[in-house]
Amino acid sequence: MGVIAGLAVQAMQMLLVLTLAPLLTGLVRRIKAHLLRRRGPSPVQPYRDLVRLLRKEVVLAHNASWLFRSTPYMIFAATWVAAALVPTFAAGLQFSWSADLIVVIALLGSGRFFLALAGMDVGTSFGGIGASREVMIASLAEPAMIMIVFSLALLAGSTQLSYLAGFMTSVGLRVSLGLALIALVMVAIAENGRIPIDNPATHLELTMVHEAMVLEYSGRHLALIELTASLKLLLYMSLIGCVFLPWGLAPAGGAPLDYFIGILAFLVKLTIGAGLLALFETTIAKMRVFRVPDFLSAALMLSLLGALLLFVSRSL
Amino acid sequence: MSLVLVMWCVGAYLITALVALISGRRRATSALVYGASLLIAMSALVAALFALLGNQTSLDMTLPIGLPWIGAHFHLDALSAFFLAIVNLGAAAAGLYAIGYGAHESEPQRVLPFFPAFLAGMNLVVLAADTFSFLFSWELMSLASWALVLAHHKDEDNRRAGYVYIVMASFGTLALLLAFSLMSGADGFFTFADIRAHVPSPNIAAAVLALALMGTGSKAGLAPLHVWLPMAHPAAPSHVSALMSGVMTKVAVYAFIRLVFDLVGPPGWWWSLPVLIAGGGTAVIGILHALIQTDFKRLLAYSTIENIGLVFAGLGLALAFEADGLHAAAALALTAALFHVFNHALFKSVLFFGAGAVLTATGRRNLDALGGLIHRMPVTSVFVLTACVAISALPPLNGFASEWLTFQAILLSPQIPEWGLKLLIPAVGALLALSAALAAACFVRAFGIIFLGRPRSKAAERAIEVDHWSLGAMAVLAGLCVLAGILPGFVIDALAPTVQYAIGDRMPMQADVDWLTIIPVAASRSSYNGLLVFLFITFSASISAYAIHRLASRAVRRAPAWDCGFPEPSPLTQYSAVSFSQPIRRVYGTILFRAKETVDMPPPGDMRPARLVVTQHDLAWDGIYSPLTRSVQFLAGQVNRLQFLTIRQYLSLVFLALILLLTVLAIWG
Repeated sequence: MGVIAGLAVQAMQMLLVLTLAPLLTGLVRRIKAHLLRRRGPSPVQPYRDLVRLLRKEVVLAHNASWLFRSTPYMIFAATWVAAALVPTFAAGLQFSWSADLIVVIALLGSGRFFLALAGMDVGTSFGGIGASREVMIASLAEPAMIMIVFSLALLAGSTQLSYLAGFMTSVGLRVSLGLALIALVMVAIAENGRIPIDNPATHLELTMVHEAMVLEYSGRHLALIELTASLKLLLYMSLIGCVFLPWGLAPAGGAPLDYFIGILAFLVKLTIGAGLLALFETTIAKMRVFRVPDFLSAALMLSLLGALLLFVSRSL
Repeated sequence: MSLVLVMWCVGAYLITALVALISGRRRATSALVYGASLLIAMSALVAALFALLGNQTSLDMTLPIGLPWIGAHFHLDALSAFFLAIVNLGAAAAGLYAIGYGAHESEPQRVLPFFPAFLAGMNLVVLAADTFSFLFSWELMSLASWALVLAHHKDEDNRRAGYVYIVMASFGTLALLLAFSLMSGADGFFTFADIRAHVPSPNIAAAVLALALMGTGSKAGLAPLHVWLPMAHPAAPSHVSALMSGVMTKVAVYAFIRLVFDLVGPPGWWWSLPVLIAGGGTAVIGILHALIQTDFKRLLAYSTIENIGLVFAGLGLALAFEADGLHAAAALALTAALFHVFNHALFKSVLFFGAGAVLTATGRRNLDALGGLIHRMPVTSVFVLTACVAISALPPLNGFASEWLTFQAILLSPQIPEWGLKLLIPAVGALLALSAALAAACFVRAFGIIFLGRPRSKAAERAIEVDHWSLGAMAVLAGLCVLAGILPGFVIDALAPTVQYAIGDRMPMQADVDWLTIIPVAASRSSYNGLLVFLFITFSASISAYAIHRLASRAVRRAPAWDCGFPEPSPLTQYSAVSFSQPIRRVYGTILFRAKETVDMPPPGDMRPARLVVTQHDLAWDGIYSPLTRSVQFLAGQVNRLQFLTIRQYLSLVFLALILLLTVLAIWG
């Protein structure tokens, strides 16, 4: 495959994740509304929201610093780069060797670091409460995620996502993988602030985390932060898809038909993911914030168990 | 050549110390001493880099000082050259910083003579090549730093810190003395070359390992020998704190590598167990304590403990791989540990410099008296932010590069045949991941409370930016953090001679890889390109900012904070340092610090305010040190009675002792 074709696939991936991310969020909302017997907004509503926010002026607090103003761009860029490196429809992306799975997770960590700082910048109590809870949740979710990476990497002998996806098509059912999948889903729920950890639809509720941090944002800044949140959801879904359901991924240097199948498979995976997420969210109640550590410790234990189980038995 | 130059530099340090002692309180002394230290450190740094990168074979020197007729042996090889570079890089930065910062010193005569002496001591430790010179230099380093800890001796806490420090330092030296005595053996090997040539029996080697872990661990801050560190490091002036945290702990790491990897011979497989457990445990304990501190410098000192834990975990991994003959994996683990040594020297110095700058500007170290400094100290805040991102192991800065290498080394653990290690190493990996996530939380809290939000005191409101010397020192080190983060391959290659020396193998040459990517083992396994990640982020942030400003709106309106419609004017309504760490304290603290929250609610009709009291303990202090101190005091109290006997009783004691000795002799003989 020539460099040009590789770059084209990479650019296509970047545009694809960017354009699909709001649709995914809209789809989850739509399905949730249907499950609650409401009609719900159209799946393209998030795009309209983004456009409306982008056109509005930014209202900045008097003592907001440069950090507050540049954070939306930084976290958007970090999340976009991370999302661009996870294979969605094609393996062997042009730049996948510049970062492995650990880097992708750490990039999301950078985004969270700056968002938490931005929450504290204006000096309101809501920003502080959000930042404080966000880092508490992250302090358990991140090690759980790293342990999931360990399980996968010990099995596949690689942390490189394209290689990992290729390996997973050939491996059978294993207990460790099951544990890792459950842990990954739990971490994904926590990282994206979904029910039962956080409620993306609420405002002004004392248990909120993400929404409290971004309370002072408005206009184009808020648009970027919303887009980043959608991108993150898409990233986790494509990560689960690429590692645990790697079927349909176009191989490196495949024919145009392969890419077409890859995109179709990706869309199907996203739709299934959105449906499952909406179903899960409607059937469970939100937790108290100090129950969240129990939830995440369970994820950490499952992932650690998965990694250790790999040593005890080479065949399970 | 390099060794001669460095020895001249050591001499120059000592002369500077003498000059400072003689010239006393004169105003110009401060700038003179720090300027001279800067120049000397730069020359020594150049010599060390020349020795490290110039592939020089090892150099020896014997000076007719020290023990009569034996002389003092000094030696410069790749291992000492790397640590020599670290010491003098930190020293140069501290010298540059202190040209500005030292002018605010209230009692300069208590700092100036000891500062160059401290630097000379650290240089000599890494150069020493016989047991006597090593221990002598080690003590010089300890005593000079002890004097610096006591620079502000009028403060009761500082005096206590100095006392605890000198006791722990003596304990550490005692352990090292015993370790060297064991290695010298019955034949009395004196120089390192003799010790190296002689392989001790497994039992002696095990004892040396334990003593080395205690002796160097107590200096580096390995739990549970860490309790002195968060007291002593913050007590010194900030540039000395930076040296103690960023550099002196690294000299202890050097001593550990020298003893365990170099002198004592091939490691046994189980050697890595205590090192790995101590490293992983120290990392988590250190950062959890850092998270609940409200004093900025104490917080930084606890974070040093965490980083030392990371380094020792890397060393433990290297030992594990080395013992099983997996030299390539051992080289990877040791490279990760040494890379982290370098990184920590950089960002911890910047953070302590930043703490000093905040102290100069506001006179406050307490987090809850600060806030909003990003507006008043814009340049300092950029450098401190860079260091915070780096120490939180976030890409694309340098802290992440070494963390990533450590994880890659951990992922090679299935190659190890021993079951105990196989299961332990992923668990240590979980501890390291936990400490990395907690470090990010810790530094969000530190930076957010100090530099963001609204000022919580008048002092913070009136802060002004510090002088150019201080800013320059922070700029250089923060710039190196960024450079080492986006070009990690060069650092790895520069570390190769040191790793080659200690392990006998090295990581693959990274300069040959396309696009400056680093590939620790194989391309199909893992690769990381800090430069590209950095460029991608910069590029996508710029184009999104450009597109939005161009195509959508660029209007900005300043207004009061929204805060859900109920903004509260008092800055006390902001989240404080204590409230920020409350969730973490509740999740982890109930067991680890026995943290307890008690609410003192006045009965109805009583007008006093309700209070929330939080108590927390350092378990190492309560569990080990307090009982030890109490028993020593109890014994001393008992023995004290011997002082008040009559002469008859003393005479009968002497008589009894004589009889006892003779009996022993009779039985033995």
